Amino acid sequence: MAEPVKEIKGRLIIPYRWSYGRSLSLFFEHTRVEKKIYGARCTKCKRVLVPPVVVCGRCFAPTEEEWVEVADRGELIAWTTVYYPFPGQPTQPPYTYGYVLLDGANTKFPHLIMEIEPEKLKPGMRMEAVWNEDRKGDLYDIKYFRPEQK
Amino acid sequence: MRRVAVVGTGYPKHKSRWEEEGLTGLVYLAATEALEDAGLEPADIEAVVYGSSPELLTGINHPEKWCSEASFSVGKPQFRIHTGGTVGASTGIAAFYFVASGMFDIVLAVTGDKNSESPVQYGLSTVYDPIIGRQFACGAPSAVALQALEYMYKFGATEEHGAKIAVKNRINALRNPKAHLHIEGINLEMVRNSPMIASPIRLLDACPASDGAAAMIFVSEEVAKKLSAPKAWVNGVSAVTEGVMYVDRDMTDPIALKKAAKTAYTQAGVTNPFKEIDVAELYEAFSYQEMIWYEGLGFCERGEGMKLIDEGSTFMKGIDYGFETPRAGELPVNPSGGVLSSNNIGSTAMIRQIEASMQVRDKAGEHQVDGARVALAHGWGGGIQFHTVMILGREPA
Repeated sequence: MAEPVKEIKGRLIIPYRWSYGRSLSLFFEHTRVEKKIYGARCTKCKRVLVPPVVVCGRCFAPTEEEWVEVADRGELIAWTTVYYPFPGQPTQPPYTYGYVLLDGANTKFPHLIMEIEPEKLKPGMRMEAVWNEDRKGDLYDIKYFRPEQK
Repeated sequence: MRRVAVVGTGYPKHKSRWEEEGLTGLVYLAATEALEDAGLEPADIEAVVYGSSPELLTGINHPEKWCSEASFSVGKPQFRIHTGGTVGASTGIAAFYFVASGMFDIVLAVTGDKNSESPVQYGLSTVYDPIIGRQFACGAPSAVALQALEYMYKFGATEEHGAKIAVKNRINALRNPKAHLHIEGINLEMVRNSPMIASPIRLLDACPASDGAAAMIFVSEEVAKKLSAPKAWVNGVSAVTEGVMYVDRDMTDPIALKKAAKTAYTQAGVTNPFKEIDVAELYEAFSYQEMIWYEGLGFCERGEGMKLIDEGSTFMKGIDYGFETPRAGELPVNPSGGVLSSNNIGSTAMIRQIEASMQVRDKAGEHQVDGARVALAHGWGGGIQFHTVMILGREPA
């Protein structure tokens, strides 16, 4: 007797449309049109949250009453170099991404880190955004972060 | 609130691919084993709580429906629980709530997943929000890589600490026949030489992707007294959530875990966790996390998790790990082999509760911690977001 059939193969292809909501919509309007990064200040604890969220997770207070421009540069907090390939990645591994604490913000901003060997990265290192010429109002309005050019 | 006991548990051997059983078959195996362990029949179950990982991993939307016969749910209330990696623990906790509330006397908590059926890290990347978060993710490893790196720079932990945890749990797994990974001869060198996935995490610092299932029976005190099966009393339970805005958190300071531990310890009357807890099963999906969880659970001060590794306090007594572990046996962590040795996601956190129960029920076989009276089970999940703690005791608190 032949080997029994043990499985069936399938595939899900599901297109989605995810709403930004007014807060992120405004955030990306600033990056797209002005190459500027804005955060929302919590009305209670006064921390500046970047990217903005409508409610502060620590105070449960609204944030949107005050928008604050923050710098497109800041300090490197943590990073990782991804070596492992799998579907859905933004670019071919290896690539490095990490968190940058932008000047004037209280939260860490995630993005790709380029133009430096990963071994040379140090916590606290000054980083700056490299803006995309062709901005579409999404996270890739910033191409990546690199060490701050003096 | 009523007293609640675990009187039966079951989980089949975990492996990379269960060819001979689909999801429903695995769920049935686990539920049947738990019932037999408790000395109960399917008809005795009054309600069922079903847990599993994000649907994209299995490609079946609300899988509890598919498993309603296999989980003995037909004709009874059935509820699905989902909290990411924590889900197995949340499922056990929900079953506990059902019994403690007085609504039901005998509740089955059951979980299962087959990680072999899809590109699991792709599914896991969809856990991050699609607008800011998913872009750079490499499934679970990359987020934890950032957590591990921050911890290393803050407190001076090294790759050696990660490797020692990876070796500890893999050597422990050799005594657990149900663990997925049985890596004969595992040593520090093998961890160091394994490929980098997302720095500083190497392949052997990471959990496997398994096929498996797990089940537990929670009963009221009244029912427990009528059953001859040994009991694990649920003496403390807590689940705490952190914000989803992962950029707004210090991932080396698990505030949700600290809060969960404090609540569970108070309920169970634990005042000095390191001294009073005999054995712990933690959700260390990646080696470095185990040290961070030690701190969150108050086994040591913040930044001192690596000391417990240096001193060997969380290693099993009488096992040769290939390096010095002078204080082995003080508080063994993950005698089952932990998440680093088996991880189907849906059941993983429940297996922590099962293994902790087995320890206080004296049913852990070759990986039994002698005389364990108080055991801790931890669950972790979401984007470094959910924590659960359950304290199980040989006697009710």
